[in-house]
Amino acid sequence: MALLSTHGLTAQYGQFKALFGVDLHVDPGECVAIIGANGAGKTTLMRSITGVLRNAPEMILHNGTPIGALPADQILQRGIAMVPEGRKLFPSLSVEENLLIGGQVRKGSGRWSLNEIYALFPILKDRRHSPGTALSGGQQQMVAIGRALMSNPGLLLCDEISLGLAPVVIRDIYAALPAIRATGAAVIVVEQDISRALAVADRVYCMMEGRVTLTAPAKDVTREAIHAAYFGAAA
Amino acid sequence: MIWLDVLVQGILLGGLYALFAAGLSLVFGIMRLVNLAHGDLIVFAAFAILLITATFGLNPFLAALIAAPLMFAAGWALQRFVLNRVLGKDILPPLLCTFGLSVALQNGMLEAFSADSQRLSVGPLESASIDLGPVTVGTLPLLTFASAVAAIFVLNRIFYTTALGRAFRAVSDDPTTASLMGLDPKSVFAIATGLAMVIVTLAALYLGVRANFDPSIGPARLLYAFQAVIIGGLGSLWGTLAGGAIIGVAQTFGAQINPEWQILAGHIAFLIVLLIRPRGLFPRAVD
Repeated sequence: MALLSTHGLTAQYGQFKALFGVDLHVDPGECVAIIGANGAGKTTLMRSITGVLRNAPEMILHNGTPIGALPADQILQRGIAMVPEGRKLFPSLSVEENLLIGGQVRKGSGRWSLNEIYALFPILKDRRHSPGTALSGGQQQMVAIGRALMSNPGLLLCDEISLGLAPVVIRDIYAALPAIRATGAAVIVVEQDISRALAVADRVYCMMEGRVTLTAPAKDVTREAIHAAYFGAAA
Repeated sequence: MIWLDVLVQGILLGGLYALFAAGLSLVFGIMRLVNLAHGDLIVFAAFAILLITATFGLNPFLAALIAAPLMFAAGWALQRFVLNRVLGKDILPPLLCTFGLSVALQNGMLEAFSADSQRLSVGPLESASIDLGPVTVGTLPLLTFASAVAAIFVLNRIFYTTALGRAFRAVSDDPTTASLMGLDPKSVFAIATGLAMVIVTLAALYLGVRANFDPSIGPARLLYAFQAVIIGGLGSLWGTLAGGAIIGVAQTFGAQINPEWQILAGHIAFLIVLLIRPRGLFPRAVD
């Protein structure tokens, strides 16, 4: 059974429809990349899965249980954690407090604790008493990832974690992914950087205008296929 | 030495105003909710203490100890079932809602307790005083001030060193992201209002012991509380204590010059601070 699956998932903001029947699934331990241009519906998809946007219950299943209508805090309780786009650290909290609050409600049973996060990102230990927002962009992203890991999720959603970061910093961030996957967690990576996404993922979904336009194993997918799925093709 | 005495009395009076204001400051700091019924809730808590005192023949201090958890529950329920429904991007619905609550509370208390002035009696403690060399201070005002300092100290500890306080700050920063951390902002808000009502109970105790109260005096207490919060800077609890002290000192100095000027002097001090520091003395953050 899939760890998480969506079935004809639709979403809209008022009159504006953002998702038109999205079907996708993630298996336990799998890393899935979702690529697509701005406005393709990737972030709306993340907001739907995490319960920030509410849907019909059966549109999203977690281990076979309908969760589409659950609020965000109950989704987290089920072991689905999110690294939100733009990092969204709490400015009133120090680095360490930002990490602690990630594990405050759900600690889970897994590898991740404060010490393990500091082992993964040693720079955070030196900066642990700084306000979260005083850090560089890359360090803030490390805090955001660590904060999500503190609940020891079975599924980690990463929304545009490379956005606005220098390539060398992006490489450091992605270097943490194998350690995260080694705990058995499944990961969904939302990316605009296609080659980065293909390098880390087992499977890739490409979205365009609120629909999935391509599904393929990451190693088999061709540039041409992505180009067609990304921008729409005459073919 | 008369002016030193006036200064000390003013600061001690400020402790009472800080107690009025601390709950308001807490709720505003966490959920940007201006509770216009805050003063009436203080009066309500005073009647609750009075009722417990009369029913069980208890000392008001003990009665307040019983009233505090009841008021926590009332605050929790008020937030959970009423105020959470009106909180949102628009600040008008919660204002209207708490304004309505204020009117309903005043009339409800008038119906239940009549318009008669009431008082909480603590016996000889009311007139006891302590000689501190150049000035003599009343034991009760000193106790009030000490309670205000203790309450604000404890609130600050909760706010900055506990998991609950971390949750308070997180939902205050960004409720949506806080919910992604598994926090339910509405439950956190309910706990915050419950906590504010515990402070309200403490304020009610000293209000009732210090002076007469009746169902109509809530809005005036709200005004002093507002001024203390704004002088101190929104979101700063120690600032609220300073704000209370400034109003208290201004009032006692005003009264010393001319008894009619007591209330006016407090308002003038408030306006002067607003002119010089529009964001208050210790604003916590840029909102």
